[in-house]
Amino acid sequence: MSDKNEHKDNWPLWEVFTQPKSGKPHEHAGSLHASDKEMALQNARDTYARRNEGVSIWVVESKHITASTPDDMGPFFDPANDKPYRHPQFYSVPRAVKKRS
Amino acid sequence: MSTATKELTTKEAFLKYILRLADDRLILGQRNAEWCGHGPQLEEDLALANISLDLIGHATALYEYAAEIEDEGHDEDYFAYFRDDRDFTNLQLCELPKGDFGFTIARQFLFSAFSYFQYEKLKEADDEQFSGMINKHLKEIKYHLRHSREWVLRLGDGTEESHERIQESFDELWMYLGELFYMDEVDELMIKEGIGIDSSTFKDDVKKLIDDTLIEATLNVPDWDQFMMSGSRKGIHTEHLGHLLAQMQFLRRSHPKAEWK
Repeated sequence: MSDKNEHKDNWPLWEVFTQPKSGKPHEHAGSLHASDKEMALQNARDTYARRNEGVSIWVVESKHITASTPDDMGPFFDPANDKPYRHPQFYSVPRAVKKRS
Repeated sequence: MSTATKELTTKEAFLKYILRLADDRLILGQRNAEWCGHGPQLEEDLALANISLDLIGHATALYEYAAEIEDEGHDEDYFAYFRDDRDFTNLQLCELPKGDFGFTIARQFLFSAFSYFQYEKLKEADDEQFSGMINKHLKEIKYHLRHSREWVLRLGDGTEESHERIQESFDELWMYLGELFYMDEVDELMIKEGIGIDSSTFKDDVKKLIDDTLIEATLNVPDWDQFMMSGSRKGIHTEHLGHLLAQMQFLRRSHPKAEWK
């Protein structure tokens, strides 16, 4: 609870991820304010899990997320445009394999 | 008031027993609902409204069952809207004005700590419909306890101001705790029937949880042997209940035949 007195006027922002079913990936549900991690978890439960949305919640303080910027779009994503062979759909499945599945 | 010349029947006792549980929850739910739109932060506003709705939901289910037991053609709305303050048997603890955020949290923690152990015992009741309801509501009570306890720790061990204010709240609330463990002929008869519980069997657990939490929150534990209020289980209330009921009941009483359609 050492972080609880850090923010006198405004609680820090947290990102919430909920897992719809076990085995599925956690998905971003939204964000909220909370004084610390335990309260963030509880607020997430009240804000994003009231309607049976999931089986697990992650919260992470928003400041800990490193995100790409719009400037990164070119170098990050464009090179993939002309490489359709990186998608599994690019390859046709041999008939023998299809039969088995 | 007439004295107990007539023997209490099992049916009457069961009805009273359920109404006491239901009234606690309806009145506290109504009080907490006053925070809706006024919470210290949006997220806490939601949390309090959520707890409030849970409590009113528990009360509704209990009133429905009470109507069934009473068997006089009443429904849950009758118990909530058409009884007067002397008919309500909720704890005085539940009807006290909401105070500041710390007061609401302190009260919720005390009530949830008691409810938790009470429901842990009640879930063994020898009545399937009743114990089923108790089991279902227990999950939400555990959450109320967790949420309010975490807040007590933060306010108690928080700033100088939050510490002082929640300490004052506990000091003020303390004299309403004696009633938590009150028992009379209704409880005795229900214990005999295998439904009721003996509050002395879990009193120490409740006290320990409260004491431990206050100590962890760096707060003083007020004296358990101090003067305690009494009377609510017989319909004796503080001056605050009438005002709460007036606000809660007036619309329904103005339109007694209105329906949600």
